[in-house]
Amino acid sequence: MTLLTASKVKHYFGGLCAVSEFNLELQAGELMGVIGPNGAGKTTIFNLITGVYRASEGSIQFKGTELVGKTPHQITALRIGRTFQNIRLFRDLSVLDNVRIAHYAQSDYSPLEALLQIGRYRREEQRIIENSRRLLAIFHLEAMVGETAKNLPYGLQRRLEIARALAIGPELLLLDEPAAGMNPNEIDLLMEFIQWIRKEFNLTILLIEHQMKLVMGICERLKVLDFGETIADGTPEQIQNNPKVLEAYLGRGQSDEWGGRRFGRYPAGCARSGGHLRWHQGVARGFLLGRQR
Amino acid sequence: MKNSAYIETREWLAAQRWLLPVLILTGFGLAFAIPEYGLLNKYVQLVIMYVGINIILATSLNLVNGYMGEFSLAHAGFMAVGAYTSALLTMKVLPVADYPGLFPLAVLAGGLVAAVFGLIVAVPSFKTRGDYLALITLAFLMIVKSLIENIDAIGGPRGIPGIRKLTTLPWVFFWVVMSIWVIRNFVYSKYGRGVLSVREDEIASDLMSVNTRRVKFLAFMLSSFFAGIAGGLFAHVLQFISPRVFDIIKSTDILIMVYLGGIASLGGSILGATVYTVLLELLRPSNFAALVSWLPDALFEPLNQYFIQHLGVWRMVIMPLALVLVMIFWPRGIMGLREFRWFIPKRDLDAHQHHTEHESRHDASHRQ
Repeated sequence: MTLLTASKVKHYFGGLCAVSEFNLELQAGELMGVIGPNGAGKTTIFNLITGVYRASEGSIQFKGTELVGKTPHQITALRIGRTFQNIRLFRDLSVLDNVRIAHYAQSDYSPLEALLQIGRYRREEQRIIENSRRLLAIFHLEAMVGETAKNLPYGLQRRLEIARALAIGPELLLLDEPAAGMNPNEIDLLMEFIQWIRKEFNLTILLIEHQMKLVMGICERLKVLDFGETIADGTPEQIQNNPKVLEAYLGRGQSDEWGGRRFGRYPAGCARSGGHLRWHQGVARGFLLGRQR
Repeated sequence: MKNSAYIETREWLAAQRWLLPVLILTGFGLAFAIPEYGLLNKYVQLVIMYVGINIILATSLNLVNGYMGEFSLAHAGFMAVGAYTSALLTMKVLPVADYPGLFPLAVLAGGLVAAVFGLIVAVPSFKTRGDYLALITLAFLMIVKSLIENIDAIGGPRGIPGIRKLTTLPWVFFWVVMSIWVIRNFVYSKYGRGVLSVREDEIASDLMSVNTRRVKFLAFMLSSFFAGIAGGLFAHVLQFISPRVFDIIKSTDILIMVYLGGIASLGGSILGATVYTVLLELLRPSNFAALVSWLPDALFEPLNQYFIQHLGVWRMVIMPLALVLVMIFWPRGIMGLREFRWFIPKRDLDAHQHHTEHESRHDASHRQ
């Protein structure tokens, strides 16, 4: 069954074409990756799917429902969960509240019932608490229920963000650079973790990632973007050997380094895009500088 | 560091939740007894009523300025709407002379009309955020004021004199309890958590399925509803209302109470409103003179001559100065982002406890 379809999606920021002719067919249960250099339009695509931006042209359908024109909370309520590139937890709220807030669309009581504490209010609140605590226990965060989110260490914040996204009860989960700021060991754990939640929660996953190790390790299908255009689409093996991809990422003559963790400090691709720095990866951590156009 | 005896007492007190209903009932009893048996003089009774009204104003404004993290200056405007609505009802429509029991209806109507105005203000306001929202609410305040000034049927700039004194201590107490209870219920519901998440990160909140527009509207309407209630009570204490009563200074007063008490805290608003109202009263010349009358004459006389006689002016210096000092040295106010545990629903407190870890920690401390 096709879960998510995007056809001919275009998006402009002013005169700049951030995404052009984006097509996607995501089957239920699939784990698909979207890769591409910084500024290629990957996060924009997530923002288009979740309604943060309204697509300038084209249509995006989730289980036959048109998403373009819907607000983010309407789209999220259709059970599309997402995380963010730079963690966006509700920092001053407790770990529990972070997860409880994501139950908004699923809990069913009116404002009047809330104000006067009547009707479904108590039962629903109790259910939200139970479900939240169950989720936190699954993610080994139960010891921190009362902790303020900003006080958690980085790795746990990432985990909490995924727990929060799962509190929506998603069928489709969008992960925006889940491995950002992680070391190779942590990435190994993350890969197992993603596979596990996928099975446990019956998820279809679309993920954006820069870490080739993760992308090549777990994605079944890949889409490569550059300058808002889809330049390749296929299995990781096909992508690895696609000359267009190699050129976009590494410039010519660097194919031997593809798939490893270490890329050349200043790959030849810099020259191709008019001398600007395109891809810089530190040795220990994959922190990235933005590409200038 | 705070000593353990203090912490133990505090923890013990927090666990005695049955005390809260007892205190409320006692308060009700006192509210009936004080005017009935003249336990306190009329002036003190009046101050207590002002404290109550200001508590309603501060808690309701805290909903927008604290929990939601926006900056609304319109609170005095909603108060004016409630005051005029209820005053006109008790003077011209409802036969309160024969049926004083109709007074709460008038107050309620004031609150409802204020809530409708809240909705009207919210529509353009929530298209923007931050400074712009503050400006729109300021504009609303000015519009309400000049609207009232220009409608002769409701007294224009002269206002409405001769309102019946219908606000009594029990009614003030009732509305204080109601407003705190209702706002607390809201804050600890999914809508209230939605409001908090909007303050933290509106886009993330939307993407966690919170209908941000709806929760913002609800919070704003609830806030203006209780401002209207407070306005209705206020009109029937003061017995005279005019547009000048509800100007920007009134809004500022309420803001000071909120920030003095601490944002996003009901307990804070109660403390802030009480402290501020009582301090302002103490700075009245007669009160202040009584306060420092123990000083030797050599000190008291010059103080009286140069300071106390001109306290009306000095008040306007002292209170803003106090606010500046609070902001610098105590930026979170008395209770900023904290709450009396009695106000937090038991369900919420329990949910935030990690039982097994708590117990094991307890065991560990025993073993040592």
